[in-house]
Amino acid sequence: MNTTLEFALLANATSLPWTAIPAWPAADFVLATATELNRGARLCAWFGVPESAGTCLVAVLAFDADNTLAVGRSQPFTGAYPALTTIHPQAHLFEREVWEQHGLKPEGHPWLKPVRRANETGNAPANGEFFRVEGGEVHEVAVGPVHAGIIEPGHFRFQCAGEEVLHLEIALGYQHRGVEEALTGGPHLATMCQMETVAGDTTIAHATAHATILEALAGTEAPLRAQWLRAVALELERLANHTGDMGALAGDVAFLPTLSACGKIRGDFLNLTALICGNRFGRGLVRPGGCGRDLESERATQLNERLKSALADTQQALAWFWDAASVRARFELTGTVSHRQANEIGLVGPAARACGLVRDVRYDHPAGWHRFAQAPVAVWPGGDVFARAKVRALEIERSGEYLREQMAAPAEGELRSELAPPAPGTLAVALVEGWRGEVCHVALTNAAGRFRRYKIIDPSFHNWMGLALALRGTAISDFPICNKSFNLSYCGFDL
Amino acid sequence: MFVIDTIAHRLKRGCQTMAYPDGPAPALPDRHGGALKVEAAKCADDCNACVPVCPTQAITRPGGKPVALDLGRCIFCAACVEVCPTQAITQTGDHRMAVRCREDLVLGEPGKEQVRLAVALDAKLRKLFGRSLRLRQVSAGGCAACEADTNVLGTIGWDLGRFGIQFVASPRHADGLLITGPVTKNMELALQKTYAAVPSPKIVIAVGACAIAGGPFIGHPQILNGAASVVPVDLFIPGCPPHPLTILDGLLRWLDRLETP
Repeated sequence: MNTTLEFALLANATSLPWTAIPAWPAADFVLATATELNRGARLCAWFGVPESAGTCLVAVLAFDADNTLAVGRSQPFTGAYPALTTIHPQAHLFEREVWEQHGLKPEGHPWLKPVRRANETGNAPANGEFFRVEGGEVHEVAVGPVHAGIIEPGHFRFQCAGEEVLHLEIALGYQHRGVEEALTGGPHLATMCQMETVAGDTTIAHATAHATILEALAGTEAPLRAQWLRAVALELERLANHTGDMGALAGDVAFLPTLSACGKIRGDFLNLTALICGNRFGRGLVRPGGCGRDLESERATQLNERLKSALADTQQALAWFWDAASVRARFELTGTVSHRQANEIGLVGPAARACGLVRDVRYDHPAGWHRFAQAPVAVWPGGDVFARAKVRALEIERSGEYLREQMAAPAEGELRSELAPPAPGTLAVALVEGWRGEVCHVALTNAAGRFRRYKIIDPSFHNWMGLALALRGTAISDFPICNKSFNLSYCGFDL
Repeated sequence: MFVIDTIAHRLKRGCQTMAYPDGPAPALPDRHGGALKVEAAKCADDCNACVPVCPTQAITRPGGKPVALDLGRCIFCAACVEVCPTQAITQTGDHRMAVRCREDLVLGEPGKEQVRLAVALDAKLRKLFGRSLRLRQVSAGGCAACEADTNVLGTIGWDLGRFGIQFVASPRHADGLLITGPVTKNMELALQKTYAAVPSPKIVIAVGACAIAGGPFIGHPQILNGAASVVPVDLFIPGCPPHPLTILDGLLRWLDRLETP
């Protein structure tokens, strides 16, 4: 192995020339990546870049404690390479995806099957064979793709012995809209609104990541006023979703007061985003080079007042919930993911923090406004539904406090600046802590400064495996609360 | 103690369901803008400014013909409103946008400046569904926003149940489908099967720009550009996503449950 090469380091929301990224032969590259992961790095992205002589594998790693990202790549190749998954399970879906998209076969991958491509008929995902547990007492339960509520589609295959779930396999791909493919040659006119709908409940986080990429490629950043407003909108998005999920969790254990209250308050938070930009999900707010709408002082005053009462209502609704022993008893020791498992599969966001992992982009890799103002990382040990609910509740509190502080000291000045065209032959990385966790966008430009490859990793891509593990040994009737405690995105995964 | 506390707080909060439709409709956010109005007669002869700024190609102006804006494709970004030099495209602030026919969303020509709002179901279907409508929701590539703003109608503020409208857990229990998303190819089979499983007579509602025409993803080879490519659609509700009020108005208008149109 070539030991003289080292991963190129960069900070979040910056770029570097493609030629500055070290390239190993494929097998050495896998070893080099494994070595970095061994010493505490985390796999943010792993994807292929087509070249004339084959495909380059690219790895983006995060050294959270050092607040640094690292990038490396393989030399272009075709055919097979030794799987990284056998050493680091967090690579399992990435390697399946690369195999599906570029035909590079990870030798030794324990479960190599499609991620989101269509079947031969072209009217459903190619799910492949499902894992089966054999035995006279074992039965299989298949759920989806269309579910019993107002929710996105996905297929769940449970292997059960009586009530107990021995194994859950999650098959997605139903929502595949061709988001990444459409970005090649971009940015196009429709790109920004597509980025806002990668995962529609995470509009601000994905839009901020994309805008940050374009700003990094232009060698600049958005004006401070826009960075501040993006940070405000990001926390409003977090508040709305966390509050809605707390209500849904209450609903799944038949605790109706909190369900009713949170359903309403979630809308109050969405309406605060609509107060800023007219759209409850923040469409049109974040734009490359800044923001499309401003929060003028009169609006800010209104926002402050309404925020205050929505936060007070939330605290009240959550207090009922935590007070009830019947709620706590249903959550405790249900759907546990261990600290070790969380690390191995590379969980992110509240799901990771509920396993005691201190992992939050706002804190570990601050970019934009988070360089100046951070919220403490909300962590809780245990890894069960209780811990995930607790982390959400803590984050509601911290986001509320953060908003109060930021609204009291807004950045002034320009809202948007003209962006220079993207630099050619450059790779940019942007991480944003969305409400589900780390949203990662990576862009590589061609000689003309257009996107040659654009990779999007929604936090759900890391976390679906966490839900599958949480179900092991749990009663199948606990699936709804386990699912709700993660509340992952289908379309963000399927792209 | 918590039971008493909970009841006390509950009483203190009172009824939180909005007065609409008996009372006035809640206001849309001021920056929402509502439905668009397009007066092609106001267009300057050689002006084409709005066509290239539309991210979903909702606006066309073929040589010599009047400008036409397809509100079904519109994601309400207002880029066209901002560039129009003659105020031919304006925001009305009106939340009402649901239509029965796809063509009723095409705006521009004299007499067709605004959406031609949905008329109520015929007497026979109204008798069947007017006071009890059970819907199965199918997200077919939806981004979770149309889903969320449909879901919100079930919360205490909107209380969809008071109109006898309910989302059910099986197509066998449903009178129709409410579809969101551009209909990905990977959901085509599931959507067909779900539709087939709903007993007749059945109705289909397409909610959002994606379900009407493909939305931001229009033209992608992985999608089918809307629900109508797979099943017959009876009601189109535009938006990205439509405001909950727009969805509720569409449902009530269609079921003839609105006192004032």
